[in-house]
Amino acid sequence: MSALQATCLIAVAIIGTLVVVTRDPLRQAAVAGIFGLALAVLFLSVQAPDVALSQMTVGAIVVPVLVLLAMAKIREHDE
Amino acid sequence: MSRRVRYALALVALAALGATLVAAVVDLEPFGHYPGPYGDVLAKVVPGERHTGQLVAAVTFDYRGFDTLGEELILFTAACGCVALLRVRRRERGDEAGAPARPVPSLAARALGGALVGPVLVLSAYVVIHGHLTPGGGFSGGVIGAGALLLAYAAGQSVRLHRVGSIELLEVTEAIGAGGFVLVALGGLIAVGATLQNFLPLGTSGMLLSAGTIPIGNVAVGIEVAGAGALIIAEFLEQALLEERE
Repeated sequence: MSALQATCLIAVAIIGTLVVVTRDPLRQAAVAGIFGLALAVLFLSVQAPDVALSQMTVGAIVVPVLVLLAMAKIREHDE
Repeated sequence: MSRRVRYALALVALAALGATLVAAVVDLEPFGHYPGPYGDVLAKVVPGERHTGQLVAAVTFDYRGFDTLGEELILFTAACGCVALLRVRRRERGDEAGAPARPVPSLAARALGGALVGPVLVLSAYVVIHGHLTPGGGFSGGVIGAGALLLAYAAGQSVRLHRVGSIELLEVTEAIGAGGFVLVALGGLIAVGATLQNFLPLGTSGMLLSAGTIPIGNVAVGIEVAGAGALIIAEFLEQALLEERE
């Protein structure tokens, strides 16, 4: 395992933990997006660019946006 | 159940999970060692059979193309379900009111969003068209294309989609993409006797027009994913906006 791969693994572990300990859903959506990008870098470091590209688009675009939009709806109902 | 009992239970469960994971990992191949035959076999046969160095695309659109067809139709169905669920409320409200109230985007959002829409669309087309040559393909390119819609929204373009018929346009786009891929699958069945088997000239490896049906499938999937993604995002956006009007 190269130093780059080890660094990426550790980064994923740290950011993954951050997602769990972030309690505010709004911030959590943003942190989850960063986690998705970190995963994409990890995939790139183990020479899987195709998977990295899919992970980037889904993890950094689709998931945070759907969470944010769903939250927007829930908030209005609460008010 | 008291707090202490719950913690004790959680600890026991976590210890069991941890022990199982450690036992599983110990039996794995060393990091970076690949024991299975499939990757090696494919690396040998794909360049000759499909005239492409992009093994992932060859696997997705040929060697396990039938799975891809299923995934494609799953996404299609999911988008249809999303539209059906969200549309009921819109019809209930009617189209009478004008533009939904929405916060004015900041200058940075307007400038960045507006400047990026074009390049992102080009990037999307590039990733889709070169799916059989470089990493990427229909799925990633399609999602990137759907992301352009978000950028336009962030830049403050008025997204009154149901008024200008854009939702219908997205639906047609999605259907054309899904139908196109099914046609590629059927073409193999009719022309050479197996679903998704190649029936087009293979061309020279590395050229834009090569690898037979793979680029056609990529474009079809790209259109379908872009349409489905944009459709889902547009319906969600509109729901959030409609609600804000009240």
